[in-house]
Amino acid sequence: MSSINVPIYMDYSATTPVDERVAARMAECLTRQGHFGNPASRSHPFGWHADELVEQARDQVANLIGANSKEIVWTSGATESDNLAIKGAAHFNVKKGKHIVTLKTEHKAVLDTCRQLEREGFEVTYLDPLSNGLLDMEAFKAALRDDTTVVSIMHVNNEIGVIQDIAAIGEVCRERGIVFHVDAAQSPGKVAIDVNAMKVDLMSLCAHKVYGPKGVGALFVRRKPRVRIEAQMHGGGHERGMRSGTLPTHQIVGMGEAFRIAQEEMDSENKRMKMLRDRLWNGIADMEEIYLNGDLEQRIPGNLNVSFNFVEGESLIMSMKDIAVSSGSACTSASLEPSYVLRAIGRNDELAHSSIRFTIGRFTTEEEVDFTIEKTRQAVEKLRELSPLWDMHKEGIDLDSVVWAAH
Amino acid sequence: MAYSDKVLDHYENPRNVGVLDKDDPNVGTGMVGAPACGDVMRLQIQVSEDGIIEDAKFKTYGCGSAIASSSLVTEMVKGKTLEEVGEIRNKHIADELALPPVKIHCSVLAEDAIAAAIADIKAKRSKKEDAKALAS
Repeated sequence: MSSINVPIYMDYSATTPVDERVAARMAECLTRQGHFGNPASRSHPFGWHADELVEQARDQVANLIGANSKEIVWTSGATESDNLAIKGAAHFNVKKGKHIVTLKTEHKAVLDTCRQLEREGFEVTYLDPLSNGLLDMEAFKAALRDDTTVVSIMHVNNEIGVIQDIAAIGEVCRERGIVFHVDAAQSPGKVAIDVNAMKVDLMSLCAHKVYGPKGVGALFVRRKPRVRIEAQMHGGGHERGMRSGTLPTHQIVGMGEAFRIAQEEMDSENKRMKMLRDRLWNGIADMEEIYLNGDLEQRIPGNLNVSFNFVEGESLIMSMKDIAVSSGSACTSASLEPSYVLRAIGRNDELAHSSIRFTIGRFTTEEEVDFTIEKTRQAVEKLRELSPLWDMHKEGIDLDSVVWAAH
Repeated sequence: MAYSDKVLDHYENPRNVGVLDKDDPNVGTGMVGAPACGDVMRLQIQVSEDGIIEDAKFKTYGCGSAIASSSLVTEMVKGKTLEEVGEIRNKHIADELALPPVKIHCSVLAEDAIAAAIADIKAKRSKKEDAKALAS
């Protein structure tokens, strides 16, 4: 395996490297030889050229999700889009009601935005997902009230990769006249998106999970039927007043190019991802006491989230030092808490503490997958040798029956 | 998170991993922590008649710092008397391993493991004394 360069990147859901084709387009928009102008400058060709590029990128992003380019608002990323969508729609519709419905496994950018709205006097229902990570449609319908104004449900979960049935949720929201926001940070290039067929009103997007640059994203804001939001960022009235601030041409061009490539290559790329993901799963699935987290079918091809019982996730990551993986989302990897997503799908604390998220991407090779299988098996075996819980399990002791001294 | 070289060394090459017979009257076993919290340490000490720790073994479920803390403790206690070992404080362990603030609880757990192992051997021995007294 001499062809392998370590560490191997298996954390594509945290972020992706920028595709070389994207980087080349971005580089054309920076220096004085390139299109450095302010897209908002109407008085000279520098501005006109930059504006043309921004509008081309807007088309590219709109195309991937089946939207009109006039429905795309540039932002700094999915977190900002989530904030703008949820706060913007909740505030705009405050006279209609102050109730919001979301899911416990949403990204923190949605959950924490909802918490903020609660502090402002809104009421939020956080739904429990089913044990496979999917939304319980009956519980969802039952949670909707006459004063519900916004529903926010993610398309693809960042930790366990499960895909929600957005069209079914959209149908219910449209019928009841509720604004439907979808955090789709993880789905472009992995799952087909059609905002009209799915009846989505607001959709958060970002570039850096799709081989584009960090620091740029977009919010889809439906025009027919028109969805209105209150701006969160005030200033020069850019983006039809919904998000002020000078547009970063290079970032936007990068996002456009990344979305163009993602749309063109999605089918072939997904086949390859699925092949590699299945190879990885088949390489470890025979190990004792391992649990796949989240539904295997309703899941993006590049994600594998596994709990290795009786070993602790952080030490497992430490002993797999040649492989870049995470125990949950990148945003929470600095905390000692077990994954709230795994807790929400009903995993106990032990299994939530023992999880590894492998995410495969455009540049992953078969050799890297094989190397990962070998290293994972070695690391788990080593740590189980060290684990008193593994000993107890082997002795047939039910760990749930033990009274632990909590600390 | 960056680990100190000492943590890495103990983690890569843990000392004294293993199991002593918990029913042996000369073995004290301390198991502390809880799976739900992400750390469980089992420390075992083999103690001579005159109270000297002749051997120590551990197994730990937990993060790298927890494994390193328990590995270090097995080295620290060997050859010492129960009284001396009772003096070991979590600060000694944390300082020796240069644990960052978020990992101090690992050294606290290691101190608890020592205390639990000592308590276990003392309980076994006082039972033995009681049995002797009853027999005589």
